[in-house]
Amino acid sequence: MQRHLISAADLTRDDAVLILDTAEEMARVADRPIKKLPTLRGRTVVNLFFEDSTRTRISFEAAEKRLSADVINFSAKGSSVSKGESLKDTAQTLEAMGVDAVVIRHSASGAPYRLATSGWIDAVVINAGDGTHQHPTQALLDAFTMRRRLIGRDAGLGQDLDGRRITVVGDVLHSRVARSNVDLLHTLGAEVTLVAPPTLLPVGVETWPCEVSYDLDATLPKSDAVMMLRVQRERMNAAFFPTEREYSRRYGLDADRMAKMPEHAIVMHPGPMVRGMEITAEVADSERCTVVEQVANGVSIRMAVLYLLLGGNEPAVTHTRTTEEK
Amino acid sequence: MSKILIRGAKVLGGEPQDVLIDGETIAEVGTGLSAEGAEVVEAGGKVLLPGLVDLHTHLREPGREDSETVLTGTRAAASGGYTAVFAMANTFPVADTAGVVEQVWRLGREHGYCDVQPVGAVTVGLEGRKLAELGAMHESAAGVTVFSDDGKCVDDAVIMRRALEYVKAFGGVVAQHAQEPRLTEGAQMNEGVVSAELGLGGWPAVAEESIIARDVLLAEHVGSRVHICHLSTAGSVEIVRWAKSRGIDVTAEVTPHHLLLTDEMVRTYNPVYKVNPPLRTERDVMALREALADGTIDIVATDHAPHPHEDKDCEWAAAAMGMVGLETALSVVQETMVDTGLLDWAGVADRMSFTPARIGRAGGHGRPVSAGEPANLTLVDTAYRGQVDPAGFASRSRNTPYEGRELPGRVTHTWLRGKATLVDGKLT
Repeated sequence: MQRHLISAADLTRDDAVLILDTAEEMARVADRPIKKLPTLRGRTVVNLFFEDSTRTRISFEAAEKRLSADVINFSAKGSSVSKGESLKDTAQTLEAMGVDAVVIRHSASGAPYRLATSGWIDAVVINAGDGTHQHPTQALLDAFTMRRRLIGRDAGLGQDLDGRRITVVGDVLHSRVARSNVDLLHTLGAEVTLVAPPTLLPVGVETWPCEVSYDLDATLPKSDAVMMLRVQRERMNAAFFPTEREYSRRYGLDADRMAKMPEHAIVMHPGPMVRGMEITAEVADSERCTVVEQVANGVSIRMAVLYLLLGGNEPAVTHTRTTEEK
Repeated sequence: MSKILIRGAKVLGGEPQDVLIDGETIAEVGTGLSAEGAEVVEAGGKVLLPGLVDLHTHLREPGREDSETVLTGTRAAASGGYTAVFAMANTFPVADTAGVVEQVWRLGREHGYCDVQPVGAVTVGLEGRKLAELGAMHESAAGVTVFSDDGKCVDDAVIMRRALEYVKAFGGVVAQHAQEPRLTEGAQMNEGVVSAELGLGGWPAVAEESIIARDVLLAEHVGSRVHICHLSTAGSVEIVRWAKSRGIDVTAEVTPHHLLLTDEMVRTYNPVYKVNPPLRTERDVMALREALADGTIDIVATDHAPHPHEDKDCEWAAAAMGMVGLETALSVVQETMVDTGLLDWAGVADRMSFTPARIGRAGGHGRPVSAGEPANLTLVDTAYRGQVDPAGFASRSRNTPYEGRELPGRVTHTWLRGKATLVDGKLT
């Protein structure tokens, strides 16, 4: 496994399965009365959030605290960044305070990569979402959720998603979740189909390791999981689609469409959902929808990633970490 | 007046000859010339070219002296073998009045490293709405003949048409930065396979090509000449080729970086590769080389764009667009065009001196290396190969994409009207 987690594409199949398996162990911690491991005691993790994202930040924070790390939360609003401080200076300031890992969320694609490769800092960098590029822990928690639901909690251990058919629907163009999922699911052996209006697919998508379709109804019966992406209403102002209603009619998931899915198939959403836009309340609240589970799984996945990248020398988990300690 | 004898230089890459400079002019070209009373420069088989002319340079003064000044920029030019540069208008204040262009022109004369020919803005403040006083800039001491809103596209078709028509009165030319603004909102890199993967906003080829297509048709309609800045796509080449075949008076330039680098470099997210127009694909690079070789693209222009370190030492989206180019241009052209067999040194002289001088009406520059001509000359050690080291740049800025890359060729001497500005690779 590489020293940083920047892109889902950097993970090998074995890396990814190791993270999923480790996350299952971490999930058991959540079932204990005291939900805490001493693994990262004395290590400091900063959550460096240049973009508002309460859910992701809280998820990382919960994961860090359950591993007993010291946590510093940094949000760009009201900080020196709003006074014009550069990413480099901010990162170096934090590192000077003795930070072991930086969890970074940034609106600029590539910002975590720059942080990890420019020689600005030595800390481990974990990408918590950069622009429209990548969101690797989201892809991991999605894969974790799929494996649990489609294979089983114990049966899934050591397994990938070979042959599972995953459909991702919505604003692929602006979605780091879609990019990360295509990369990781492909690595795990799944067959991915992207469904979107042509305006919301990037030029160049034809080279991605997945299928592309404009027809949701034709794809649903062949799906083991359907992941609905958030579609921002503002997109219609830039002529990506005519109206909210038309988008919902053509690409939204309602009960009638859900009925076309196989019995076992699940509905996923990275949140936050726009109810009435890409997903109806009826579907969102149904048994088949895993939104809340995804949130819980997110904490386990982030614990596993932090554990493996930062300190996992405990014998409980064996892994192929090749990076040296700082 | 002092005499200089350049002995054994391959003039335009031909057989070794001697060139005698007397004062500001070339006195004699031949073999076995007498060295009496002359300082001798042993060329030893180096290639002698007419002083290079850059139709597209950003000198940043006035306004951004932290990235470049007329002095540092012209020293960089002399270092790279240039004897004349056209300074783009996007300064602060914008070069849209006679006062600003005269200031820039005068600074160039005073420093004496390289003639500076200011480019005037087409529209007031580069805003694309109202024509700047083009006639006044032409009649000023700076004698502006090239007008450009470079950095921004003159996207209003009526303003572009009027500008093309208006400058005919004094033989001017409009140099268009072809970029359809709506198609490039938020653009960060070439739109294609790489941008899709990296999640960076795309700058589609069609945004360049559609403007070029429109402008060559406008130029044809009003009978004007038009120049296309930094052409970067295979499709643009096709349009210019078609326009020339129709007899439209269009000229085009390509930058050294578009002849060498592709959008694959952006995978590093290193903003040193961030430039406008963006680095394109391998297919585009090959089409540009071929077009420069066959004359569809007329010239190489550097688009030398200095930026301070902090504007590149950041995340991609926050970084400034542009690269320095004056000190590496000839090496890149040798690497991509000469060493590949696409162009000989006479061809390089044409694309980097004769033709840019003709397009910009730079009197005294881009002249043949023969008796009676102004002694604007560049001596190049074409056998040299070495790594690019930005620490050695004369430019105030270091934003080169070639750091550590091995490139051929090194300019050892430059003469501006008989006065050496560069000797043995060192500025005078």
